[in-house]
Amino acid sequence: MTDSTRRLAINRLKDRGPLDAGAVDRFLARHEVPIVEGRRCTFLFRGEADEVWVRHRVLGLPDRLPLRRLRGTDLWSVVLELPESSRVEYQLEVRRGEHYEHLNDPLNPHRSHSPVGSSSVVFGTGYVDPEWAQHDPEARQGEMAEVAVPSRALRRDARVTLYLPARFRRTRAYPLLLVHDGPDYLQYAAARTVLDNLVHRDDVAEVVAAFLHPGDRLVEYADSTAHARFVTGELLPWLERRFPLTSQPSGRCLMGASFGAVAALSTAYRSPDTYGSLLLQSGSFVFTDIGSDHGGGPVFDPVVRFTNRYRARPRPVADRVFVSCGVYEPLIVPNRSMVPVLSGTGMRVRYVESRDGHSWENWRDRLRDGLSWVFPGPRKYVYE
Amino acid sequence: MTEAPAGERAPTEAPAEGRAPTVTVLGPQRRPTIAPLPAGTVAATVTAGWREREADDAELNSLLGGRTANLRLHARWQDVLEADRDLATAEVNHRAVLEELQDLYALRVEQHERAVEAIRRSATRPRTKNAALADAEETLRLLDAQHLARTAEARADFDAAWRPGDREAVLRHRAEVGALLRDAGVLVLAGGHVGVLLHVLRLFAVTPPGEVLAWSAGAMVLTDRVVLFTDGRAEAYAAGLGLLGGTVLLPHARRRLPMDDPVRLGALARRFAPATCVVLDDGVKGLRQGRVVRPDGRLG
Repeated sequence: MTDSTRRLAINRLKDRGPLDAGAVDRFLARHEVPIVEGRRCTFLFRGEADEVWVRHRVLGLPDRLPLRRLRGTDLWSVVLELPESSRVEYQLEVRRGEHYEHLNDPLNPHRSHSPVGSSSVVFGTGYVDPEWAQHDPEARQGEMAEVAVPSRALRRDARVTLYLPARFRRTRAYPLLLVHDGPDYLQYAAARTVLDNLVHRDDVAEVVAAFLHPGDRLVEYADSTAHARFVTGELLPWLERRFPLTSQPSGRCLMGASFGAVAALSTAYRSPDTYGSLLLQSGSFVFTDIGSDHGGGPVFDPVVRFTNRYRARPRPVADRVFVSCGVYEPLIVPNRSMVPVLSGTGMRVRYVESRDGHSWENWRDRLRDGLSWVFPGPRKYVYE
Repeated sequence: MTEAPAGERAPTEAPAEGRAPTVTVLGPQRRPTIAPLPAGTVAATVTAGWREREADDAELNSLLGGRTANLRLHARWQDVLEADRDLATAEVNHRAVLEELQDLYALRVEQHERAVEAIRRSATRPRTKNAALADAEETLRLLDAQHLARTAEARADFDAAWRPGDREAVLRHRAEVGALLRDAGVLVLAGGHVGVLLHVLRLFAVTPPGEVLAWSAGAMVLTDRVVLFTDGRAEAYAAGLGLLGGTVLLPHARRRLPMDDPVRLGALARRFAPATCVVLDDGVKGLRQGRVVRPDGRLG
């Protein structure tokens, strides 16, 4: 039976005729909610309400998907197409009279966490939570250290969390990964665990990573000269004086997501011979072809000016650029548009899309692809 | 222990007693096929390819029958680097040079393979297509040869400038390794990181006793040309120790090469000819059990 002809669980329930609370109880006990059946996903809500919607940020779908009440019950449902390997974050909106409530799906235990709070998450058929992002007792842990780097450019002591790989030795030279939004990458994208595991598995070279703590990130990461001066003129020499780092551009990578990706590109743009690679995830590369109505609000103004300037006169700023973006996020169009611009400069560009949104889990899930490309591990040398 | 038949050994480095060691090549040892050594035989083991896990050799020792002495070449290397910081700094720079050479060469191989694919797709006349492909194969062989020459030159320059073999820290370890090897009847080379293995075997001038038992990277370093292969792509890496001349060894090929693509396998065989490409599957005991990759891409 094909996906399109198979009777959905919710329809089989409807067909049973008059339903009582016990029948709904038994139905919910039998199914994991939302119910994913092939390419279709049934969202459910149970309770008294006047209206219920699924709220999400999937590009291409209406912002609010109304649920319909199953006659004679307090069970609400809506069926949505959910392509294979998708990962979708959502919340429910419930109206009772004049009162509107946003809540995570009480029937779904899966949560996604971000700096702005948590949301429910549903996985399409075939989505795999990468095992290399989970703690592996076999993988030796790198060391973490908190440092404060004095910065005249930023007019503050800039906090940086350092990662030194397991078995760090001063007799080696390590590549350096500079990570924007460092605390969020560590907390929400399991960056430390990912590095430990990928290094352990020879997927990624042993690296030193500097996780940057932003001040006002919407200012510092929006094409800020001060930020670029800090990273290239202050932080990099500070690190090179204290740690055995590869002195070549090929051993330096700037990484960031969203505004952090803009910061990475704009920092490299100001020092085009310093960095060998960029790892840009869901970059906020909003641009305009004509006029100034970019729709992003004032915080995007400097970003749009920078992106427009770069698109008008693109130039190589690194040797290789890894770009990733979720197809469900509004930034998919700007990111797709940047790929030919970046590769047209002669830089080697690897572009990866996923059926995911603007989320830390999406960025976590692409880290193996990105890191193993910019800093490949010794896998090709290892024959056990 | 299975002996390599005559003709499979082409030693270019003289062993301690001046005669060619007997080399036995095994398949990857994820399911061990090592038989215990004859009573009284001491094995000098090299697990340096395991890098920091070098000392985790209890299972290997048990399989060999217990009379083993791990040469601890990785630990000795680290000790040398700690003791001789000038050499350590020079080595870091030297490795960076070698890595860059390898990366640049890999880049050219990648571009070349794209060009070959494009020729295969777009050429329509058999005669012109075959001529273009033959020229491309020749170009690739030239790329390989140039790369090996460049890396050999870089290594020679480093050796001439830093003379590692004359440095105190190295000499001390060479003497200790030499003493261990004199008591050993067999040298056992386990797999792991082929670059590390090759480096430490050279650094400590490891000269095999009468017999050598080797697998995976341990076997690869015994050839005269070490070839890396992964994700369907092969790269020449460096000259090996030359105990198995005329052979390119491909352990773990099933996981790393397009074994169901005779066109690409055949190209691999022709690329490294006249050397013979030999696939070493799990369970192989002796080179003769390996499968030869023929110029037409079939496995024999």
